[in-house]
Amino acid sequence: MVTDPVIEVKNVWKSFKTVQAVKGVDLAIPKGQFVALLGPNGAGKTTLVEMIEGIQKPDKGEITIMGKRWKGHEDELHRIIGISLQETRFIDKLRVSETLQLFAAFFNLGKQKVDEIINIVGLEEKRKSYVVNLSGGQRQRLAIGISLINSPVILLLDEPTTGLDPNARREIWDILQALKEKSETSMILTTHYMEEAENLCDYIIIMDQGVILREGTRQQLLEESTDEKVIEFSIENGLIPEDINSSGLSFTVHRDASGERGSVALKHFETDLPEFMAYLKSKSISLKHMECRRKTLDDLFVSLTGRKINE
Amino acid sequence: MNRWFRLYQLWQLTAALFREIIREPGVLFWGILFPILMSLGLGIAFTKKADVIRKVAVILPNQKSETADSSFILDNFLDLNCEKNNSADRDAYRWKLVLKDDKLGNSIFFFYEMDWQQAMIMLKRGTVNVVLLEKDGNTEYHFDPLNPDAQLSYMKLNGLIGKGKIVVSESNPNIKPLTVTGTRYIDFLVPGLIAMGVMMSCMWGISYGLIEKRSKKLLRRLVATPMKKSHFLIALITVRITMNFIESAVLFLFALFAFKMVIQGDISALILMFLAGNIAFAGIAVFVSSHTSNTEVGNGLINVVVFPLMVLSGIFFSYQNFPGWSIPVIQKLPLTMLTDGIRSIFNEGAGYHEVAIPILILTATGIIFFSAGLKIFKWH
Repeated sequence: MVTDPVIEVKNVWKSFKTVQAVKGVDLAIPKGQFVALLGPNGAGKTTLVEMIEGIQKPDKGEITIMGKRWKGHEDELHRIIGISLQETRFIDKLRVSETLQLFAAFFNLGKQKVDEIINIVGLEEKRKSYVVNLSGGQRQRLAIGISLINSPVILLLDEPTTGLDPNARREIWDILQALKEKSETSMILTTHYMEEAENLCDYIIIMDQGVILREGTRQQLLEESTDEKVIEFSIENGLIPEDINSSGLSFTVHRDASGERGSVALKHFETDLPEFMAYLKSKSISLKHMECRRKTLDDLFVSLTGRKINE
Repeated sequence: MNRWFRLYQLWQLTAALFREIIREPGVLFWGILFPILMSLGLGIAFTKKADVIRKVAVILPNQKSETADSSFILDNFLDLNCEKNNSADRDAYRWKLVLKDDKLGNSIFFFYEMDWQQAMIMLKRGTVNVVLLEKDGNTEYHFDPLNPDAQLSYMKLNGLIGKGKIVVSESNPNIKPLTVTGTRYIDFLVPGLIAMGVMMSCMWGISYGLIEKRSKKLLRRLVATPMKKSHFLIALITVRITMNFIESAVLFLFALFAFKMVIQGDISALILMFLAGNIAFAGIAVFVSSHTSNTEVGNGLINVVVFPLMVLSGIFFSYQNFPGWSIPVIQKLPLTMLTDGIRSIFNEGAGYHEVAIPILILTATGIIFFSAGLKIFKWH
């Protein structure tokens, strides 16, 4: 049975003074799905999410949540969504439990819910601490706790793990993983970590410069190129020539910023590899290191945009 | 049910914002202790006259004429009535004269002997403000007539020099200092401090608080919940008015005990006046902070409002010294209205009859600014 999407975005455009942030995006997110909006800084992820959250208004296009537009349904929609903005700071001198209690009051929820949330996000030992004294990871867990307080049908998290150390990031993943198992909440999460998108989400949307480049499950995204192999290499003497891609090779070489390392995705291994080696020989470049592996989302992003996601 | 829920929401917001304030240790000092220290300092400084030191340059003729010794009035005056300083130091004073006065405060004159050129330099530097010149048996006074301090020195010296023996009554029976409650400087000052406290606390507390919460994206997060926007502002204003009430009450109690201040007028009118002032400045504060999310810009905006009012509204000194045409304008400023209203209740025994109009105007001002601010308020 196909259910109606919980979030539907149709041909949405948004520009600010100098930039076209979102250029004609379409989305349809079914119930219970965890979606990653993956892209580098400035891709338009935050603008898109804020339009879904009702914080920004699209210049053009339509957004509906559970079949309803924001205009005229603010109160109703605020009750069913949970959000965590990029870097919100709460009231410094309010305790964790008091902060949760304040937000619980907006939904007419009491102390019981506060305790439940503290438990879910693992802040039992910090419940009496002032928000200002929390670590970055604890603050982010509090923000996620607040977003979960109304048991939302839709959860929108804007870069929940940016700037956190790997441990803190892992703790947030665990919270969201547990949520996924227990509830039917749909989630959109923006990130520029491939790993996060792969580990946490069923569906991945790759965005850059205001448009969606590719979307699908991890499997689907990698499928179109399953037979591709990636070779990563570094060279012994000097740098990779800057004009390497204009020298008539039948594939594209990605050269990193320093010029010392490169990668290349090869479709026809049997013919492409000798071609590549011949090229190296003709330029008298000797390899220092070479590794062949399966294609990943990182490679997909590189092949779509010509650069790495965190570059 | 719904109604209780709304009240619960409002209560939680108020409690959270109240905690935010009282948990900041600086609040206790700046909100409560500082105004008391200010009233104590200024109250004492303007209640007891300190000794006033007046420095005077003296230019004597190069040589004494043997024939007319009666003409050396200045010389005689200095030699006979003043205490001579025999220090070899060229920069030290040559004569000293102490005039005792228990009401106006003691005046101590230091006379320095020098030539005209030196005297002009000292005058320009403000070290002395009167130059005495002995010329043809007369004493000439050289000073800037526009300088009131120099004028005072001149008048005091003119009364002394040339009259032979100086008669000084150490206790001045002709001067009757006003010590009646309501006429002292402290009576003028405390209502001013209360009014200023209301303005400062609203403008910095509400405006700055809102701008900071906007820049922290907290406002944006709050309005992404079913919270009623007006509840948030009402809670913020309620907390601020409560704090202002506590601060003003403490300041008044202090003045009551330390300076025996009394409220001569209607206390309930005073409370209403105080409330109206709070409403006015809370409204202005919401308006001022309705748009910007930059705390630097906010700083500037707040100062634009606060600074002219501070200077013009007669907080520390009466605005009656400003040019005549400006006084009717000054009297219509919100801070002036509040200050004058509080003062008249404290010191002139005013009641509702006298302050009803300012109360209405201030309340209306607050409501107008609040509504306008809410219209253009940026939550994101």
